[in-house]
Amino acid sequence: MPTPTHGFDPAALLQATRDPAAEETCLEVQHLNLFYGEKQALRDISFTIPRRRVTAFIGPSGCGKSTLLRCFNRMNDLVDGVRIEGRILLDGEDIYDRSVNVVELRRRVGMVFQKPNPFPKSIYENVAYGLRIQGVRKRHVLDETVEKALRRAALWDEVKDRLHDNALGLSGGQQQRLVIARAIAVEPEVLLLDEPASALDPISTLKIEELITELKDRYTIVIVTHNMQQAARVSDYTAFLYMGELIEYGDTNTLFTNPARKQTEDYITGRYG
Amino acid sequence: MKTDVKHWFASGTPWIWLNAAAVAASIVMVVGLLLLIAVRGMGHFWPKDVLEFTLADDQRLLGEIHDQEQVTAERLRAAGFSIEGEREWLTRYLVKTGNRDLTGMDFRWLLETEIRDRRAPPEVIAMERREWGNFYGYLEALQRDGQVVAAGAGAWTALQERLAEALALYERIRDIEKDEIGAINAEVERLRLKARRHQLEGTYTPERQRELQARRAELEARYGVLERQLQGLYRELNRDAVVVRTVDGRTATIPLAKVVRVYRPNAMTASDKLRFYFAKLWEFVSEEPREANTEGGIFPAIFGTVMMVILMSVFVTPFGVVAAVYLHEYARQGTLTRLIRIAVNNLAGVPSIVYGMFGLGFFVYFLGGNIDRLFFPEALPSPTLGTPGLLWASLTLALLTLPVVIVATEEGLSRIPRAVREGSLALGATQAETLWRTVLPMASPAIMTGLILAIARAAGEVAPLMLVGVVKLAPSLPVDGNFPYLHLERKFMHLGFHIYDVGFQSPNVEAARPLVYATALLLVLVIVVLNLTAIYIRNRLREKYRALEH
Repeated sequence: MPTPTHGFDPAALLQATRDPAAEETCLEVQHLNLFYGEKQALRDISFTIPRRRVTAFIGPSGCGKSTLLRCFNRMNDLVDGVRIEGRILLDGEDIYDRSVNVVELRRRVGMVFQKPNPFPKSIYENVAYGLRIQGVRKRHVLDETVEKALRRAALWDEVKDRLHDNALGLSGGQQQRLVIARAIAVEPEVLLLDEPASALDPISTLKIEELITELKDRYTIVIVTHNMQQAARVSDYTAFLYMGELIEYGDTNTLFTNPARKQTEDYITGRYG
Repeated sequence: MKTDVKHWFASGTPWIWLNAAAVAASIVMVVGLLLLIAVRGMGHFWPKDVLEFTLADDQRLLGEIHDQEQVTAERLRAAGFSIEGEREWLTRYLVKTGNRDLTGMDFRWLLETEIRDRRAPPEVIAMERREWGNFYGYLEALQRDGQVVAAGAGAWTALQERLAEALALYERIRDIEKDEIGAINAEVERLRLKARRHQLEGTYTPERQRELQARRAELEARYGVLERQLQGLYRELNRDAVVVRTVDGRTATIPLAKVVRVYRPNAMTASDKLRFYFAKLWEFVSEEPREANTEGGIFPAIFGTVMMVILMSVFVTPFGVVAAVYLHEYARQGTLTRLIRIAVNNLAGVPSIVYGMFGLGFFVYFLGGNIDRLFFPEALPSPTLGTPGLLWASLTLALLTLPVVIVATEEGLSRIPRAVREGSLALGATQAETLWRTVLPMASPAIMTGLILAIARAAGEVAPLMLVGVVKLAPSLPVDGNFPYLHLERKFMHLGFHIYDVGFQSPNVEAARPLVYATALLLVLVIVVLNLTAIYIRNRLREKYRALEH
């Protein structure tokens, strides 16, 4: 079991700067351009996201970080008038290729949204949702998977006695962990987290951050956050986006302590954003 | 002073008063309406005293006061009455004298000056009959096979016993005629159609003919047994008769088979009257109508109304929901969908009689006619579905209420948070799976709201129904014990049409007027009950699919 590491770790600062390109690649973005109608939201973005690491996207509101995140499971397909150029490779295959089954892709790339969005069903049914869609009917398979997912999301002990109560009765933080459990129940490779803690109180936020650190052993995690301390605490790599462009991308410690670009430095020191 | 008024206006107080007054007026009107129809309608079943009037010309009259009104003396003089004295206003009574078979009318206006004396003799009997309306008079004797078996004081108790037996016999006869003989008739008809079908298809082989004839003979044998049984029962029933005397001294013999109920209103205690009242009320909601709908109950109309509304709901809900889902979830939003929405909204404003015309032209004549030619050729030329009936009436009303359901469902769909849909899609669900598993259940309270509005509208409609299936008197309910149990092709009765029929088409308007109120009250109650059921279901669904509250 990995030991939870949260808060600021001075030892990490002393580590040598890591290079995402040197690690095993999970997702690779190549010259990605995205347009909402006439408006260009992402400009020529290229970088790689390493496997089983936490990669954070930071940047001011409207910089395109959520849009970029939603490209990875093609959630942007649902928005009218979106046009995408360039390629995103998942395990070397272009997810925007014609032959790709979007439903299958979304099973491999799970997503957690800003606001907890449990379905108005029982806790159990929420977690089992993805499996039921895949046609799993066997009771014991469902039971086992639900328990495993809830344990991994560190929610099992809190809800094991009321699995069949309505999920909307849970607190915000519990709901968010439930949604994470729901996402990992279908065993995705990648977990996309879109500001997962922004609607939560500090204690729930802390729990979510601990959870992210625990989950990175199994999943490639991409997290969008407004909160730079959070990015610094949970991520291995950080990308700074500004006005639809990728300004700087690299090892989190380096980016926060010794940014290469002036814009990055201005942002992390709070001069704008 | 001027600034005061200005200040008062600015404070909003006048608007609060205005709004409160509008709400109060609405409530007063609704309560007033309900009270009016409740009092007028429910009062009808209370047994009134039967009074013996002695008129100025020594003529005697027996009857119950039904209504009274004030008339000016001038008007009466103009009508030919000689009014003495200086009085300006006189009271005029509407007296129900019954005995239509003897006097040719059962209501009579009496001016207060015409009445010299009135009293309520306790021995007066009122008799409800299956024909000719009520009889008011005095009991003389009870006959059996033409022989007097009881007379004088003992006649009343003997009459009660005999009447109970006669009613039981009558009930038995009706059961045999309706259920058992009805079943045989349905079977005979089916055999006839089967034979005809084979003839049409050219497969009416001699063996088949023999087989069908054998079964027919068997049915006829069963019918013969029942008929003999019936004859016995009728003989038994017709043995008893009651001899009565009217107030002007004529005697009449009334067979007990024709009597529904006998009571002595002037001798009844309060608890007797209460019991009588509830018996009448129960008869009203549970029995079939008699005497051109002016007597008896309105059960077939209640049943028809509820049945039609339920069928309408069954038709309109899936259709409306599917249409709304397509419009809101699948169709690309643009000019075309906007046009469709405008068209749907305008459909809600089309007068209902136009739907009735459409139902008659399209459903009954076109669809029904073609179905008859294709599937029921053996019954032609008598139509099976090519005639107005329950199915077509329900479909017509479903069409009429479709816009309401579509609009309400679309409203519900648009209120579902985007986050929930995305959550489902992000788990690898297709759009259809998301719809079925998450979106539609969450929209179900809104769908129910649409259905509630649809029921409220459909249950009160009369005009289109007159064209597509409602009749003033349906011989049988759309549901019975004969295969296929639910007879969608049958005509049916409806409370709304019943009100119209009883109130305006009745041969006996005076007698029927209270029934109009009572039926109206019942129609309101039926709609309220249907709506409360739907609201209860909606609230349960709302509780279950509580929307995300963040």
